[in-house]
Formats: sequence, structure tokens, C-alpha cells
Amino acid sequence: MPELKFIIESFLFVSEEPLTLEKMKSALPSTDVKVIKEALQTLMDEYEHREGGICLVEVAGGYQLRTRPEYAEWVRKIIQPSAQRLSPAALETLAIIAYKQPIMRSDIEHIRGVDAGGILRMLLDRKLIKIQGRKEIPGRPLIYATTRHFLEIFGLRDIKDLPAPKEIADLGKPAGDAPEMTFPDNFIPAPDENS
Amino acid sequence: MRSDIYKVQLENIFEGPMDLLVYLIRKNEVNIYDIPISLITDRYLDYIEWMKSMNVDIAGDFLVMAATLIQIKSRMLLPVHDESDEEDPRQEIARPLLEYLQMKSAALQLNDRELLGEHTFIRPPPETSDPGNLPDREIRVDLFDLIQAFQRIIDNLSPDLTLDVVADKLSIQDRMTELIQMLKIRGSLTFQELVLSPAGKAEIIITFLAILEMVKRNVAGVIQHANTGNITLYLNKESTHAGIEVYH
Repeated sequence: MPELKFIIESFLFVSEEPLTLEKMKSALPSTDVKVIKEALQTLMDEYEHREGGICLVEVAGGYQLRTRPEYAEWVRKIIQPSAQRLSPAALETLAIIAYKQPIMRSDIEHIRGVDAGGILRMLLDRKLIKIQGRKEIPGRPLIYATTRHFLEIFGLRDIKDLPAPKEIADLGKPAGDAPEMTFPDNFIPAPDENS
Repeated sequence: MRSDIYKVQLENIFEGPMDLLVYLIRKNEVNIYDIPISLITDRYLDYIEWMKSMNVDIAGDFLVMAATLIQIKSRMLLPVHDESDEEDPRQEIARPLLEYLQMKSAALQLNDRELLGEHTFIRPPPETSDPGNLPDREIRVDLFDLIQAFQRIIDNLSPDLTLDVVADKLSIQDRMTELIQMLKIRGSLTFQELVLSPAGKAEIIITFLAILEMVKRNVAGVIQHANTGNITLYLNKESTHAGIEVYH
């Protein structure tokens, strides 16, 4: 009898998206989910212990083999990087949707103070967000939520796995430790210089 | 000369009023729970002025925020009668600022993760795993990139490609006044006389339109000679006063 963990490892190798426990269970009907979970844990530990180029992660409701971040630079030498990085504005919009979903466009715009149309379209195109439906208020506006693909890209098990946003109290301190994201220092020419 | 007009400083541009406000608050090391509203409002308005001097159309959002700041500032000046009832007017700006900051920091936290396709990879890589799912590459340009691109085009234009736009020297009104003066002296004018003398096509058109307008207003009449086909313009004696007043 082949060892269960190696069967699972072969599943993981051929699976294109995070492999769910249900899917593994359906392929292994006579095996208890608990046993499958244990085998997965064993595999995870083994990959961890080996410290090789690959690791097994729990992401987007499933399990997936991924390259270890330490080797990212090397991997990029042989494959094209996928989609371009998100701009700070897009990231902020995505964060707002992730933390406050489901959310209307007007609420997003209210928080960021700028139009969100272009960014929403781009996030939709990249399948990071989806239209979840309409809010049953006058005008029936669309409401947005994040997708499974979002969880995969950001390496989250599920939406509850999102890191807790920083306590508001910390943010209000004068010397906020959040680094400047969008702008360099000394940007505004002092008004006197200008006139 | 031309390059001066379109000069734009590309760094240090804020996406929206909230961005600007956050910047000002950090730069001035201000406590968000105790915003010196006067200082921040002044700095904010300085920036708007600066934007104007850079020839940038200021988005309405920036002005709405400016109005909000000024309103808060003026409310701060008013004496508070019932302390228990009155909320600090600055809350109106502090609350959304905090929420925005929180989301900004959340965005940073997201970005710090091991991103698939960036720090960690799967087999097969995401872009080939679902051919129908190829994301459009995001083109990161903003208003200012566009201005810069426009500037480049302007700079590359050959100097002879300039177009002189000359404003019309003659208006229909002016021509009508002229015609009336001439008619007062001469009594009548033929159409040929009127269109032979002018310098160009534009003037012929203006003259023609002036005649039509005069006839419409009953200032003048036209008759055509049955045999020669000559068109003659004459001042309409009976109803002159009604329309002519204007052109004296």
C-alpha cells in the first residue's frame, strides 16, 4: 500500500489551484478527513524541515505547493513575471474592499476621497474583486467583494485570515510608523519659494 | 517660451484631497486627535494655490475638502454654549482621516505579504493556468504623465507647424451699420457693388448675411430688376426707426 502522504503529494503536484480537503476526500473515499489532514501536516513539516525550493501552504480554502519566497529572484530568471504590481491606489482600494466587503462604490470613494471607477474596473479585470450583487436601497447600487483569486494572490487561507488592521489609536499618533507610501518627502515647494 | 507654459513637476502629486491631508498632517507632525485646524487649512490652501500656479485644473474634490476645512475652522471660532452637546467640529475630518489611514496601513500590510507571482510561484504559473483569465496589464499613468506626454509632443513639433488663428475683424453688426450709413448717403446700392469691393470670401459672406438680417428686421428691402437681374438694396423708409436705432 503506497503511503497516503505521497498520494496526496502527487495530487498537489498536478493540481492547478489550491486543492481542497473535499476534493482529496472524494479521491480517497475510504480515508478519513482527519487522516488526510494529518498527512498534509506531515508533508508540510517535511517540506519545512527540508528547506528546499518548495513549500506546502494552506491558501484560499485549499492546499498548494509553492516555491519558497527565498528563491523568488531565481524563479523570475526563468519565468515571466505575471501581472504587474498593483499601484498604491489600487492596493488601497483593494484593502478597503477586503476589509469592508460587501461594499458599494460610493463608500469606497468616500473613504479614499477620489473616484474609484477605473481602479474597480482594473481589479475586476484582474479577478481580484467581483460584483457580489446589489444593495437593496434606492438605486440598487452594485456591491463589491474580493474573490478566491484574491486570497490566492495574497496567500490568505480565507477572508478571516486577513491581518487585523492596525489599531486606530496607533495611527493617530503624530509620528505614525506606517511608512510613506505614495509620496516622497519635501514635496510642496514652500509657498514663499513659489511666489 | 512654449516649454514654460506646460512645465509640470511630476513628483509630489496627490491623488486626492485625503492623500494631501494625510501628507500635511504627517509633515507637520500633528496629532490627528488635536489637529491645529488653522495651520492645516492654511497649508492646504497653499497647496491649492500651488496647483493653480502649475496650471493644473483642480479637481472639485480638492475644493470640497478646502470648503470643509474652512467651515470647521470657522466653527472652531464660534463660542460653544452647551459643551456637553457639541462635538468637536474637527471630528468631521478626524474620523474619515483615521479610517483612511487605517485602510492605507492595511494596504501596506497586504503588500508586505508573500505575493503569488512575485515572491512565490506555483506550477503551472498563474498566467498559463487559466488562459481566459489573462489580466489586462495595468497601465500606470496619471494626469501628470499625460501632461508630460503632451509636453513631449509639443516639444517635438517642428516650429513651422504653428497655426495662426485670426479673429474675425468684421462682424455682421458692423457691416449692417456700414451699409445703413452708405444707404443713407446713396439711397440705394446694388448687390454687385457690394460684393465686388470687399477683400475676401469672408467679407462677401458677412455682407450677404448683413443684408439678410436687415431685410428680416425690416430695416431694408431688396428688389430685383426683372430684365437685368440686378439686385438693389434700399432703406425701408416706413419702418426704419424700429430697427435702425441700434446702429446709429
